Amino acid sequence: MSRLRELLERGEFVVTGEVAPPLGTDMSAMMRSVAVLGPVTDALNVTDNQGATLHLSSLAASRAVLEAGFEPIFQQTCRDRNRLALQSDLLAAATLGLQNVLIVTGDDPRGGDHPQAKGVFDLDSSQLIEIATGMNDGRDMLGREMAGGTDLYIGAAAFPEAEPFDIQSARAIRKIEAGARFFQTQAVMDVERFAQAVEAWRPHGVKVIAGILLLKSPRVIDFINTRLAGLMVPDDLAERIRSAGDPFEESVRLAIEQVRAVREIADGVHIMPLGADEAVVRILEGAGIR
Amino acid sequence: MIITKPREWERILRNLDEVHARTVFIMGCGQCATVAHTGGETEILEAKTRLEAEGRRVTGWAVGEVACHSGGTRLEARRNSGSIEDADAVLVLSCGAGVQTVADAMSKPVFPGLESVFLGNVVRHGVFEERCQMCGDCVLDLTGGICPVTTCPKGLLNGPCGGMWDGMCEVLTDRECTHVRIQRRLAEQGRVAAHTIVPPKDFSAKLKPGSVNLREGRERGRRKPSAPGGPEGEGGR
Repeated sequence: MSRLRELLERGEFVVTGEVAPPLGTDMSAMMRSVAVLGPVTDALNVTDNQGATLHLSSLAASRAVLEAGFEPIFQQTCRDRNRLALQSDLLAAATLGLQNVLIVTGDDPRGGDHPQAKGVFDLDSSQLIEIATGMNDGRDMLGREMAGGTDLYIGAAAFPEAEPFDIQSARAIRKIEAGARFFQTQAVMDVERFAQAVEAWRPHGVKVIAGILLLKSPRVIDFINTRLAGLMVPDDLAERIRSAGDPFEESVRLAIEQVRAVREIADGVHIMPLGADEAVVRILEGAGIR
Repeated sequence: MIITKPREWERILRNLDEVHARTVFIMGCGQCATVAHTGGETEILEAKTRLEAEGRRVTGWAVGEVACHSGGTRLEARRNSGSIEDADAVLVLSCGAGVQTVADAMSKPVFPGLESVFLGNVVRHGVFEERCQMCGDCVLDLTGGICPVTTCPKGLLNGPCGGMWDGMCEVLTDRECTHVRIQRRLAEQGRVAAHTIVPPKDFSAKLKPGSVNLREGRERGRRKPSAPGGPEGEGGR
């Protein structure tokens, strides 16, 4: 059984991190991240052509994380593969010993490094979650009995601060009904709104892992506000980082505060350090988690 | 209607050069391309002026009633047989369907003069928007009469995706998210469909090439009585 699942079901507060596969076949930089983040996290997300930019497949990189002795969360977007390939990769994940999958829609190719690519979106994330649930019961999306099913702990993305909240929240609940057992949320900026979202979702039977994004520089804030879909850094937080003598140190302090604040609300934290892997260790120590 | 837009002029000239065309006949379309202001009389005369400025001679031109209508286009070709005979090539200012109809109706090399872009709603005169992709498996019954296949840039049946912000689309940031519009309309109409997952789409309903034959009373292109899992009338995969 997935260790992530075991911990969450036992009611433990979990920590997840993420690593990005390389553009190319040399995984040494990713494995350096794994070596830093692996020991302080319960599971590591392995991104799937993140931001619609080309990288080594999450399937292969997730296996490398597993072989290094850590637990990967295989990410699967609906952008790059049709229903045959998606189902096929879920089966592959199971045979490679991967036990967690995070199913997301995926950013549009127009925002990535191959803007001429056809965005597949043959299925959307709600549909794929439903199919992955069926595969755990040994059935493909046509309902056919397969020679061996999967046993994947299924997760999804959720957006606690998106407006209109009732519409985005209804989608989140449909994902739970389809079989999502844990959420990894978009970066939390407003703890009160995050708490309301958790209250709306938890009764439906989902564990909520709060996204914590290290706002490590004014440049990162500008990037989020102008380029990143589905997230805005509120003015007060942006101003706090911008006006700090040492923006990086301030961002670490802010992340520590955020982790402490969500500790009593969420089932865990998912820390996105944007390359500053060592900061994750400091954030967790600062928040008294590790 | 079918929306067309001007094609890169240099490419048209290269096409004509490929067949050493010094003389050209121009065909337009009296329907969509006329309304879209891409292939009516005005645009044909503009093209004529440009070709003549390039030192080519335009032997004649015609705006058929509907370029994609085989019978009408053959009739138009007969009416203009003299000037078509004089031309080294034919330039067609219509959608791709019209270009092919013209190409079938004459023996001269025929080239597209426009790009065909979408099936368009006429929002107001001169303003066209794509609302339908003619997918063959309509979901408008589930989505409050708003098509997510076409108007969500990702074509998601269930949304909004995580890129939605303040009700706006991730990709087309100046437009409201299609799924926000759908859910709002369904809620306003008291329709509980908002709380179920729209199932995966049947893309086999739109396998190319489409064909309808009312004379036979059934769809054509049938190679097998019924392909496994596919709708009636489709061929193998």
